[in-house]
Amino acid sequence: MNFLWAVFKGIFSVTFVQKAITQGIPMLFGATGEIITEKSGNLNLGIPGIMYMGAIGGLTGAFIYENGNESPNGLLGIVFAAFFCLLFSLLGALIYSVLTISLRANQNVTGLALTTFGVGFGNFLGGSFSKITGTAGQITVYATGQAFRTKIPFLSDHLGPVGDIFFSYGFLTYLAIIIALLATWFLTRTRAGLNLRAVGENSSAADAASINVTKYKYLATCIGGMISGLGGLYFVMEYLGGTWQNNGFGDRGWLAVALVIFATWKPARAIWGSILFGGLYILFAYVPLSQSMQEIFKMLPYLVTILVLVVTSLQRKKENQPPAGLGLPYFREER
Amino acid sequence: MSAEVKRKEPFIRMVKRDSMPLWKSVLIRIAAILISLVVCAFFIYLITHSNPVQVYRSMVDGAVGTGRRTWNTLRDTMILLATALAITPAFKMRFWNIGAEGQILVGGIVTAAVLRYCGESMPTAVLFLTMVAASLAAGMVWGLIPAIFKAKWNTNETLFTLMMNYIAIQLTSFFSIVWEAKKGSGTIGTINQKTQAGWISTKFLPDIFGNFNYSINVIIVIALTIGMFVYLKYTKQGYEISVVGQSENTARYAGINVKKVIMRTMAISGAICGFTGFLLVSGSSHTISTSTAGGRGFTAIIVSWLAKFNPFVMILISFFLVFMGNGATQIASEFQLNESASEVITGIILFFILGSEFFVNYKLVFGGHAKEGK
Repeated sequence: MNFLWAVFKGIFSVTFVQKAITQGIPMLFGATGEIITEKSGNLNLGIPGIMYMGAIGGLTGAFIYENGNESPNGLLGIVFAAFFCLLFSLLGALIYSVLTISLRANQNVTGLALTTFGVGFGNFLGGSFSKITGTAGQITVYATGQAFRTKIPFLSDHLGPVGDIFFSYGFLTYLAIIIALLATWFLTRTRAGLNLRAVGENSSAADAASINVTKYKYLATCIGGMISGLGGLYFVMEYLGGTWQNNGFGDRGWLAVALVIFATWKPARAIWGSILFGGLYILFAYVPLSQSMQEIFKMLPYLVTILVLVVTSLQRKKENQPPAGLGLPYFREER
Repeated sequence: MSAEVKRKEPFIRMVKRDSMPLWKSVLIRIAAILISLVVCAFFIYLITHSNPVQVYRSMVDGAVGTGRRTWNTLRDTMILLATALAITPAFKMRFWNIGAEGQILVGGIVTAAVLRYCGESMPTAVLFLTMVAASLAAGMVWGLIPAIFKAKWNTNETLFTLMMNYIAIQLTSFFSIVWEAKKGSGTIGTINQKTQAGWISTKFLPDIFGNFNYSINVIIVIALTIGMFVYLKYTKQGYEISVVGQSENTARYAGINVKKVIMRTMAISGAICGFTGFLLVSGSSHTISTSTAGGRGFTAIIVSWLAKFNPFVMILISFFLVFMGNGATQIASEFQLNESASEVITGIILFFILGSEFFVNYKLVFGGHAKEGK
C-alpha cells in the first residue's frame, strides 16, 4: 500500500505533469509531422533521423549567430535557430521524397537509411562541433536557449499551480499544440486536406480526379518533415537549454512514430497521447524500485504501444485504420 | 483567354523496363557507388579540409591496414551478414522484421547467462551446445511474438518488432546492472576473462592467420550463407515463402497455410538473429551491453534489400558497408571527429544505391511520344 501511495503522490504533483508535457512535446511534433506525411501514403520511417537533423540544424543556426557576437539577442537567435532547423529537416525530407516519390525506392528501406544517416549526422556534427569550429569544449548557445525557455510572463507566476501546469513553458510547447490542432482542421475541413487524404487512400483515384499526386506527396512529406524537425529543435533548445548531447534525443523519434498509431492518425488525439507517452517515459523515476527494476519499468511506453497496436488491430474499426495506400509507391502507368 | 486548348507534352516520361542485361545493371550500381564516394569525399573535404584522396587512403588503412584491423573488419562483416541472412526469409515474405536488434540482444543475454552461470562447471562441448540452443530459442521467441499477432490479427509488424527492440534493450540494461562487474558501473565487463571458458577460440588451429583471428566466425557464417541460399532456392519452404511474399491471395488459393508460413518463417528468422547474438557474445565481445547489436538490425534490412535477397550478393554488400564504416571510424579518430562519421558515410552511400535502382527498373524518355509498351 505504501508503494502505491508513493507512486500516487509522485504522479499527482505539478512537477510530474510538467515533466510529462516536456517529454511529450518533441513526440507531438514528430507525430504531427508523421501523420501529415502518412496521410499522403508515405510511411516515413526516417522521422527519427529527421528529428536529429532538425535538432542539430537549430543548434547550428544559433551558433552561427551567437559565435563572435558579444551580446546576442535571443529573439534573433530564435529566428536563426528556427530557420536552420527547418532547412536541415527539409533537406532530410527532400532526400526521402526524391528517393521514394520520384525514384520509387522502397519506403521502409529508404526511411531506415535516412534514420541511420540523420542520427549519425546529428551526432557527428554535434560531437565534432568544437573541433570543426575551433572552439573549446561542447558548444552552447546560451542566449538562444534561454530565449526558447522564456515562459509566458505574468500568467506563469501569478496563478499558482494553474500557472505552473498550463503557462510555464516556452513558446514551442504552445506551437506544437496549435500545429496539431491546425493539422486536424486542415485534414478534415479543407479541400487541400481532403485531396491529400485521397492521395493517401488511393493515388490512382486521386490522379483520375486530376489531383496532382506527386505535388501532394512532396508537399506533405516535406512539410511533415519540417514539423517533425521542430521536435528536435525543442529538445536541444528548451529541454537541453541550447547544447548537444550525443544520442541525447534517444528513441523519442520512434516513440513519435508509435504515437501516430496510438492517435489513430488524428493529430488532435496525439496531443493528449504525447503527454501520456511523456508521463510513461519518466514514470520509472517516480517508482520506489531498485535501479535494476527501474530498467524493467522503462519498458512501459513500448509495452503500451504494443498493447495499442494489438487492440487497434483487433477492433478493425474503419475510422481507426491507416491510409489504405500507406507504403505503396505510385506509378501512373501501372494500373 | 483563347479557346485553344494546349496539350502539354511532358518533357520527360518514365517507362518501366522489361528487363536489363546483367552487366548493365551492375554497371549502373557501380556508377552509383562511385558517385556516392565522390559526394562523401566532398563532405569529408568540407569538414576536414584535407585531401580526400589522402583521407580515402587512411580509410583503407583503417579497415584493412593491419592484420588485426582486417580481422575486425571481417568479424563485423560476418555479424552484419549473419543478421542480413536472418531477416531475409521474413523479408522475402514481405514481413518487415525491423526487430533484429532485439532478437540479437536476447540471444546475447541468454548466451551471457550461460557463460556466467555454467561457464566454469560444464564441459566445453555441452557448454557450447547449451549456448547455441538457448540463443536460438530466445531469438525464436522474440521473433514469434509479433509473428503470432501478425498471423492471427494482422497486427502491424513493423512497429511491433521495433518496440520489441526497446524491450530487449531495457532487458539488457536490467541484466547489465544485475550482473555488473563493479558495483555502480552498470557494465558487465568481460565474462570468464581468466578461464576464457565458452569463448569461441581459435587457439587450437594452426597458427596461419596470427594468434588473433575470427576464422571460426567466418566459417560458421559462410556455411550459414550457403545454407540460406539452398533453403530459399531449393526447398519447399523457401518456395512457399516466395509465393506468400508475391501475393498472399495466390498463396491461399494454392493451398498454402499462410499463417503457418508466417509463424514458421519468423521463428527461423528470429532464431538466426538469436544465434548472431551468440556469435557476438561468445565469438567476439565476450560481454553484453545495450550497444552490442549496434543498429545492425536496420543496416541488415538495407543489405538484404539491396542484394535482392541473394545471400551471396549480401557478402559483398556487407563487406563494403563494414569496410566503409570501419574506415570512417579511423578517419574520425585521426581528425578527432565524432565516430558517427561512419553512419553519415554509410547513409550517403545507401541513398545513392537506393536511388540507382530506379535506373535499373525504369528508363527515361525525353520529349515526344514513346512507343507504348506491350
